[in-house]
Amino acid sequence: MVLITRKIEFSASHLYHNPALSPEENRRVFGKCNNPHGHGHNYTLEVTVAGEPDPVTGMVLDLKELKDILEREIMRRMDHRFLNYEVAELKGQIPTCENIARVIWELLDPKITQGKLHRVRLYESADLFADCYRNGAC
Amino acid sequence: MAMKIELGRRYRFAASHRLHTDKVSEEENVRIFGKCANPYGHGHNYVLEISVSGDLDPATGMIANLADLDSFVERQVLEAFDHRSLNEDVPAFRETVPTTENLCIEIFERLRSFPQAKLERVRVQETSNNSFEYSGG
Repeated sequence: MVLITRKIEFSASHLYHNPALSPEENRRVFGKCNNPHGHGHNYTLEVTVAGEPDPVTGMVLDLKELKDILEREIMRRMDHRFLNYEVAELKGQIPTCENIARVIWELLDPKITQGKLHRVRLYESADLFADCYRNGAC
Repeated sequence: MAMKIELGRRYRFAASHRLHTDKVSEEENVRIFGKCANPYGHGHNYVLEISVSGDLDPATGMIANLADLDSFVERQVLEAFDHRSLNEDVPAFRETVPTTENLCIEIFERLRSFPQAKLERVRVQETSNNSFEYSGG
């Protein structure tokens, strides 16, 4: 099995707020991330696909195709967007790094038909990231 | 859930160490550890990367509150290691050689009791060219 990874970057804004909690609780739990006007990050997404190289092309999957999937599913949906308000899959959820990575996994997994999605790693900053794996795979 | 989610966080600390063991002769120490056996020690800017896993709390969308994780790591590791001599200031390395392999194990043991999530892995980068990982076994 061979793993191939493609990296993309997108910029988006978000805020953390749970309407079920009081304003004080929101500030206590989410700190600066609770600022009602939001704030933004340059996200880096690494998508890793596992598979056997095709005997004819030598490829696990055509990187051009992966690039197109990432453009269609992630960039158009999330790049230069306010994640809380403009990404339907995140409506009603706190757009933490963990939740965004989970949504990205759910969007990409059915679209990757050559090879299998192995890992989604989303960096919110150089020092904070979330990893998604298929359950039972690690 | 169909997938497993981990939260990864990086920290930095600077520390000195000396690779040396009383179990072998001075010549052997120099042969095994080379420049790292210099009696005065030397230092690195270490990068510590930890991964924790767990269910996402539906109220917060988080595996673990980052402020709690940061303060735990600060208390358990960074306060004890940052700007210290690993050999002189960390009891675990009085007898054990503070290689980065052993450093990974010591850090894992110091962090495994984090109450909010399961510690999956500790990765320590000694320099940008060397990194070491330990998952507890």
